[in-house]
Amino acid sequence: MSGDTTTTGAGAPAASPDTPERSWPLWEVFVRGKRGLSHVHVGSLHAPDAEMALRNGRDLYTRRQEGVSIWVVRADDITASSPDEKDSFFDPAADKIYRHPTFYDVPEDVEYL
Amino acid sequence: MTTPTDPVTDPATDDAGVAREAGSAAYVLALADDALVYAQRLGEWMTNAPQIEEDMALGNIALDLLGQARALYPHVGVLDGTGRGEDDYAMLRDERAFRNVHLVEQERGDFGQEMARLLWFSAWQCELHGRLAAGSDEVLAGVAGKSLKEVRYHLDHARQWVVRLGDGTAESHRRMQAALEWAAPYVDELFDDEPAAAAVAAGVLTAPPSSVRPSVERAVEEVVATATLTMPETPRWRSRGGRDGIHSRPMGSLLAEMQHIARSHPGATW
Repeated sequence: MSGDTTTTGAGAPAASPDTPERSWPLWEVFVRGKRGLSHVHVGSLHAPDAEMALRNGRDLYTRRQEGVSIWVVRADDITASSPDEKDSFFDPAADKIYRHPTFYDVPEDVEYL
Repeated sequence: MTTPTDPVTDPATDDAGVAREAGSAAYVLALADDALVYAQRLGEWMTNAPQIEEDMALGNIALDLLGQARALYPHVGVLDGTGRGEDDYAMLRDERAFRNVHLVEQERGDFGQEMARLLWFSAWQCELHGRLAAGSDEVLAGVAGKSLKEVRYHLDHARQWVVRLGDGTAESHRRMQAALEWAAPYVDELFDDEPAAAAVAAGVLTAPPSSVRPSVERAVEEVVATATLTMPETPRWRSRGGRDGIHSRPMGSLLAEMQHIARSHPGATW
């Protein structure tokens, strides 16, 4: 039954007869909003390459004028901290309140501080 | 307004009930019909594209074209003196009254065929809308100027895919080349001067459609060459008649699907 179904996705260039189920790689999308200072992660998508990922990102995530700049990064290229390491990574900072700049007396006549 | 509108308030109607649009209205109607019918075809890709991302991309392009049609139809109603609105043109006309080219009404083929069609159509729209934006009809110039940005993106989308498919696997190359051959007979109609004669005379279009052909062909040839494909030879059979309301077989079922709700429930709103 499945032996003669050779019709893969009409336009999926990544698919070859050897790997019929192979799909496009995952990309993470970052958008800088109009008044935003930095790019913010907005989601992910599939695309065959970086150029198409940029265009898909435009179509998926800036349809309502959300942004003026897009970055795309292969999800594989992102090294992320592991949830298993959460305790050793982040908890040690919890009791070090002296790392917060809250122990200074701010002079009253200093503006913009 | 500098538009030389003809003082026609009651356009002649032929035996088939087809209104004869006066002056430049006929060509503006043709452009609106191109946009509407192609939007309908592109919309058919929703859930049918290779990936959901491509569903979205083609859906976006379809909506851009639908927006162009919606902006143009009421203006046709002004030009032809009938005061008809967008629904009157889109939903309540019969096949013979549609003026779109055959290219846009052809049934959805494979993805390569769609990219070949989009390449020609958007390359043509890019050049044409540039001419319209400089024309004497302020409404039309405004619509064309706004849509030019959209259309450039459509052309870019087609370009990206034609290059990837042409310069991809042996199979994608073969099918993309076949897609170019498929589209070739439908290209001539885009550059037919006769239906645009009145629009050119009125200054609505700053140059006849045939004058944009060299630059459109250059744009397509550049993409085709980059994609390692070859331009098809001049086809012996070429489509014609769309601008006169003579359509090919797929047009009837396209209109039936597009219009049946509006016609089954006249005047319905939600």
